[in-house]
Amino acid sequence: MTAVGLGLPGFPPRAPDGVGFLRGTESFPEAAHHELANPQLRRNIAKATHTIREKRLRVTGELPDWQALRDTGSAVKVDTLNRLPELLEQFEAAVVARGGVVHWAADAIEADAIVTELVEATGSREVIKVKSMATQEIGLNEHLESVGIRAYETDLAELIVQLGHDKPSHILVPAIHRNRSEIREIFLNEMDGVDPNLDDDPQHLAAASRKFLRHKFMTVPVAVSGANFGIAETGTLGVVESEGNGRMCLTLPQTLITVMGIEKIIPRFADLEVFLQLLPRSSTGERMNPYTSMWTGVTPGDGPQNFHVVLLDNGRTAALADAIGRQALKCIRCSACLNVCPVYEQTGGHAYGSTYPGPIGAVLTPQLTGMTGKDDPNASLPFASSLCGACFDACPVEIDIPSLLIELRHQKVEHTGFGPEAAAMRAASIAMSSATRFALAQKAAGLGRLVAGKKGTISTLPPPLSGWTDARDIPAPPRQTFRQWWKSAEGRAAIAEARAEASS
Amino acid sequence: MRIALFATCIGDTLFPDASKSTALLLTRLGHDVVFPPGQTCCGQMHVNTGYQPDALPLVENYAENFGDGSIDAIVAPSGSCVGSVRHQHEIVARRYGTTALCGRVETVKAKTYELSELLVDVLGVTDVGAYFPHRVTYHPTCHSLRMLRVGEKPLRLLRAVREIDLAELPAADSCCGFGGTFAIKNAETSTAMLADKIRNVGDTGAEFCCAGDSSCLMHIGGGMTRLRMATRTIHLAEILASVESKVASGVTV
Ligand code: SF4
Repeated sequence: MTAVGLGLPGFPPRAPDGVGFLRGTESFPEAAHHELANPQLRRNIAKATHTIREKRLRVTGELPDWQALRDTGSAVKVDTLNRLPELLEQFEAAVVARGGVVHWAADAIEADAIVTELVEATGSREVIKVKSMATQEIGLNEHLESVGIRAYETDLAELIVQLGHDKPSHILVPAIHRNRSEIREIFLNEMDGVDPNLDDDPQHLAAASRKFLRHKFMTVPVAVSGANFGIAETGTLGVVESEGNGRMCLTLPQTLITVMGIEKIIPRFADLEVFLQLLPRSSTGERMNPYTSMWTGVTPGDGPQNFHVVLLDNGRTAALADAIGRQALKCIRCSACLNVCPVYEQTGGHAYGSTYPGPIGAVLTPQLTGMTGKDDPNASLPFASSLCGACFDACPVEIDIPSLLIELRHQKVEHTGFGPEAAAMRAASIAMSSATRFALAQKAAGLGRLVAGKKGTISTLPPPLSGWTDARDIPAPPRQTFRQWWKSAEGRAAIAEARAEASS
Repeated sequence: MRIALFATCIGDTLFPDASKSTALLLTRLGHDVVFPPGQTCCGQMHVNTGYQPDALPLVENYAENFGDGSIDAIVAPSGSCVGSVRHQHEIVARRYGTTALCGRVETVKAKTYELSELLVDVLGVTDVGAYFPHRVTYHPTCHSLRMLRVGEKPLRLLRAVREIDLAELPAADSCCGFGGTFAIKNAETSTAMLADKIRNVGDTGAEFCCAGDSSCLMHIGGGMTRLRMATRTIHLAEILASVESKVASGVTV
C-alpha cells in the first residue's frame, strides 16, 4: 500500500504536474484510438519490434548462463534499492572526492532550474545532449528553450524526433514510428545547411546528420547527459550507446552536466560485469554495444573541466516507499518489454502519454506521478495490458510486470472505484459466491439465446459491452449448462458408458 | 484417482462441451470424476480488474468446495483459471482472509491442475487414444504458456491423436488480445491484436483452432464468425475426448 495519500501533496513528493512529460492529456484508450488509425505508424513499429525481438532471442539464447545473469541482475538491483540512501551518499562522496559537484533535485522543477543555472553560468546559449530519458522526463529541452538556450540532441533518432517537433515513442529507438522518407522530409525542412538534393538513402541521411552534428561537437562548450549507471563505490558514471555521439559530448565540451535518476545507482564497479551483459543483449540484441563511456570526476587537462551530477528524485522516493514501486525501480531501461508487448506493437509509444511507454511505463509512470483521481490519464495505464506476461519473460532484471499491473489496478480501484463498474463487480461477486445464486444468474444468461435467435451468436450488446460486439460475436448460451447436463439422465448415461469403456 | 472437475464460470455457462469432454475423457481413462456442486468461479476477473475484496468470497468458495480430503486432484479445462488459483488466491487470502483460509488455499492450490498438466505430469499419459481426422492449429494461451509453463504438453497430447493434421501457428505465442476486461476497456487495441491472431490462424488453412482456454477461444471464435471464416474453434479437451465412434463436432450445442 502506498504511504502517501494519492492526489494530495505529501512527502515524499510525486512528479509535479505541468512540467516534463510524464502525463498525456488523454486516457490510454482515447490516445490508442488515434494511434490505431495510423497504418504507417503501425507497420513501422511492428517491423522494428519484430526485428529487435528476434535478434534479442538469438543473442540471449547463446549465453548458457543467461538465467543466472538475470537472477544476479535482479538481486543486485533489489539490494541497491533496499539501501539506496546509504549508496547515494557513498556515490556523492566519491564524486566530490574526484572534483565533481553533486546537486539533489526533489522534482522536475528543481532539476530544470539547477541545470539552467549551471548552463547560464558558463555563458553559453547552446548545449549538446546525449540521449537521456531523465532529461526527457523533466522536459529539460523545453525548459532551456524558454530561457533562450538551445539544446541539440546528438543521437540520430533523438535528433529526428526533435527536429520533427515530435515526442519519442520508444525508449531505445525514439523515432521507431518514422520511416526514412519521413526523415528526409524532416531534415530538408528543419536542418540548417542541409543539401537540398538529399535523398532518402539511409547512408546519405546519416551523413547529413553527421555533418550537422560535427559542427556542434566542435563549437558548443556545454554538454548534458543522462547515465545508464552510477557506481556508488567509485563515483563513476557510465553511458552505453551505439553511435559515438555520446562519447563526443562526454569528452569535447568544457562543462558536463549529468542528470541521473537516483535508482540508476549500482553498488560496486564489479557489478558492471553483469549489467553490461544484460543491457545490450536485451535492448539492441547486440552482444556488446559499440561505445561504453565511463567517467569519474574531472581529470586536469583532459575532458570536461567542470563536472556536475544532478540526482533526480521526481517521484522515485515515493515509488521506493511502496512494494510495487520498488520493483519497478529495478528497471534498467533496456526496452525489451516494449519490443515483445503486443499492446505496444499495435499502439506505439505515444498512446501511453509518458516518456516511459510500454509495459514498464504502464507501471512506472503512475508510480512517479501518483494516480490523482478517475480522470487522470495515468490511472488508465495499469489497464493498458492484456496481462499476457511476455514482458516478464523478456525483462533482464525479472520485473514481474503483470503482477505489478494487477497491484496497481487494485490501488486505483481502492482510491477511485465507485461507479457502475464497481457495482457490476460487486453484483457478480454476490451472484457467484453461492452456487444457488450462480444457477439463477446462469438462467438469466440463458435468455441470451433469445437475443441470439436462430443464428446462434450475439452481435450487438449495449455499452460498455458494445466494445466487444463492435468486432466480435458472442456465442449464444447453450441449451444446457454443464451442471445441468451433469445432473441430467443424458449426462449420467454418458458417464456410465465411459466408465464401461474404461473397464472393458 | 478421484478427480474433481472445476468447470469454471464461463465454461459451465457458455462452453459446457469442454467440461463434458474432460469428464468423459478422464472417466474413460479409469478415473473417478466428481463435480462438487457448490463450485462457481475462481475470481480472476475481480482480481485482474482491481476488485480484490470482491474476489474474497469466490476464493473462499473455491477452497471450501474443493477442500475435501478425499479428492486427489482438481482439474480445470482452463489455463487462466488454474493460473488464478495458483497465483492469485494466496494474495487475496493473505490480504483479506483469515489464517485458516490461507492454509486451505495452500492445500487446494497444490492439487489444482490444468488438463494437459494433469494428463502428462500426474497421470503420465500422452496418448489418450483419441481420433480426430482434421487439420488443426494450436494456440498456446498466454496464461498456460507463461503462468503455468505447460510448455509442449498440449502439443505432445495432440501429436498422439490419430489422423490429426497439425499445422503450426505462426507467431503462436502472441496474445490473442482477450485479457478479460481488457477486451472491453481497450476494445480497439484488443481487436487489433485479434486481427493479427486471426490472420495467422487463417494462414494455416486449419479447419479448427484449438486451445486450452475457452475464454481465449471465445475471443478468437467471436472474431472469426464475424468475419465469416470457415475455421472454427475447439477446446483441447474436445479433441482429446474424440474417439473413432464419436468425433467432436466442434459445434457447441
Ligand atoms: S522493465 Fe525490464 S524489460 Fe522493460 S525496460 Fe525495464 S529492464 Fe527492460
